[in-house]
Amino acid sequence: MQPCSESIREAAKRLLLEKRVDAVIGFRKGTVPFMNEPFLARTPEQAGQLVWDGNCAINLANYLPKRTGSVAIAAKGCDSRSIVIHLLENQIRREQLYVLGIPCQGMTDKRRIADRLNGRQVLQAEETGGKVRVSGRDFEQSFERADLLQENCAICTHKNPVLYDELLGQPVEEQQIDRYVEIGKIESMPPEQRRLYFDELVQPCIRCYACRNACPACYCPTCFVDESKPQWLGKTTDPTDTRTFHFLRAFHVAGRCTDCGSCERACPVGIKVRLFTMKLEKQVKELYGYEAGVTQDERPPLDAFRPDDPEPFLG
Amino acid sequence: MPDIYYTAKENFAGVIERLMGRYRVYAPVKEDRCHGFAPLRSAAEADLGFSNTRLSPKGLFHPQAERMFEYSLAKDDPQAGIVKEAQKDFSPRVVLGVRPCDAKAFDLDDANFNTETIKDPWWVRRRETTTMIGLACDSPCSTCFCTSMGSGPYDTAGLDVLLVDAGEGYAAEVLSEKGKNTLEVTSGWSPVTSAILPLTHKKKAAEQSIGIAFDPAAIAKKPMLELYNSPTWEEVQFACINCGACTFVCPTCWCFDIQDEVCGDKGERLRLWDSCMFPLFTLHGSGHNPRSQKTQRVRQRFMHKLKYYQDKYNSGPACVGCGRCVQACPVNIDIRQVGRQMVSQGCSCPA
Repeated sequence: MQPCSESIREAAKRLLLEKRVDAVIGFRKGTVPFMNEPFLARTPEQAGQLVWDGNCAINLANYLPKRTGSVAIAAKGCDSRSIVIHLLENQIRREQLYVLGIPCQGMTDKRRIADRLNGRQVLQAEETGGKVRVSGRDFEQSFERADLLQENCAICTHKNPVLYDELLGQPVEEQQIDRYVEIGKIESMPPEQRRLYFDELVQPCIRCYACRNACPACYCPTCFVDESKPQWLGKTTDPTDTRTFHFLRAFHVAGRCTDCGSCERACPVGIKVRLFTMKLEKQVKELYGYEAGVTQDERPPLDAFRPDDPEPFLG
Repeated sequence: MPDIYYTAKENFAGVIERLMGRYRVYAPVKEDRCHGFAPLRSAAEADLGFSNTRLSPKGLFHPQAERMFEYSLAKDDPQAGIVKEAQKDFSPRVVLGVRPCDAKAFDLDDANFNTETIKDPWWVRRRETTTMIGLACDSPCSTCFCTSMGSGPYDTAGLDVLLVDAGEGYAAEVLSEKGKNTLEVTSGWSPVTSAILPLTHKKKAAEQSIGIAFDPAAIAKKPMLELYNSPTWEEVQFACINCGACTFVCPTCWCFDIQDEVCGDKGERLRLWDSCMFPLFTLHGSGHNPRSQKTQRVRQRFMHKLKYYQDKYNSGPACVGCGRCVQACPVNIDIRQVGRQMVSQGCSCPA
């Protein structure tokens, strides 16, 4: 067991016993390798089911908007930033929350593992130290954990929670890295090539909206996709409808997205949807010097107006 | 003894080519990381070394977005406002390499599209003009549970021919007249005169490699309201993010929405996959939504598959155990686990 599972259980049991919170949002062990299930522990006994390992990638802040009562939540760096966004956008009140901060070493990407196994199926997976050991019917293999990280984790610059009531574990070292190498490649494409690139990128989309629904920043009571009187967006898999969905979704989370990677992880057909949100993240950073959810003192730039806002498009 | 034919693998590309000469042929094609059914442009595109396709072949019969009708709204058009059937291709086709679980799903879906009283013309016609050539499953996935759902890796339901990988070649079990005709017109098959014993062993080995997930018959016996009111749903629903991934990858989720799209003075009536996971699915014109809460929607999906369908049709569940929803769910809601919880609901067994 991960040492961290133990500390989450201990903290959750304590908070529930002391009636400090009504429930604790965390993960319980999944039924298949590389998956854990978001879980709401309401009793100290249920708190015993909580786990923490490299398969806790889904952003738990997604379960906060409009919650009533008090709740504790396990939050890694990106989750904590999404919590900040929720606080700024009045989706939850700080006094309702008890944040169990978790310094994060990155989450494993099951697709990356599958790529290396060439169709062989993992039946068991175990994380020890910096390694992930996987085994199946007739094989056993060990990988460096660092080589299996989700792409957003590999370029993460906020591994430590920015907000917490209690920190579980020691802070980890943050990396200095150019987050926008991939985006730069797309930016340098001629427009026609870029258009084709995007068309191919979203072509497999089945419009299940897993990307939208896994996103903590997507909490509108009625998403533009679901507007029906009148209907805003066609429901076909025609390229125009699919493109519109992906572009609008990305624009809607501009300056609010913390690059937690939940959208990409959730996509059942493996579309790299972060390429859209990352481009907007880069622009917001360049224009406003703003990183989503890092501070509670500043609203996301697109929901605030300042007379000195940069307006390069006005030329 | 059933009709069994054999062809060597080295001749199989030729068999596919001859099929392509007579039919539109769909087969699993590798796309990026996964496989999907696609119309073959060459025999070499077909890849039968797949575990299962990411999406089930249901879209070949019930497309995600289908143009049903078209109409004109032009003022000077005497035909304006008359809804006409959109053109569709019903020429004969072969779907090659369907896994037995997915083929069985078509039989279950018939309960919705092809009954004594209701016949969906396009579904029925596609079923009639398609020869289903299945491929038995020798390496089931860890998420497979077909044997628990009344199917199996060598199930022949819904198929016209079942191919079995016999090492150097494929054995083809003929299951219908349509299947027999298809093999006859494609030559290259030689009849097998004695039962192939290794195939029986393979079947057993494949079946035994799949664990028992839960017993749907036990759910059928439970009182519906007891399950409906079970506190289990509160726990199951928490993780659910209410996306439609499970329903869209599912071979037995058939629900759709019908919409008109108009551009200028031309209109189309479309039939589009819909999902009971979406709040819009049950939103009434009045604004009332009988399933406005996530718990209700999550319950609906599992109750429909594992309880209502069984009760309504006096049959097994509306699930073939392909395991796609288990693989696709972003938050690891596992129907096998939910099924077990439904079975044990109300039991007071010692822990």
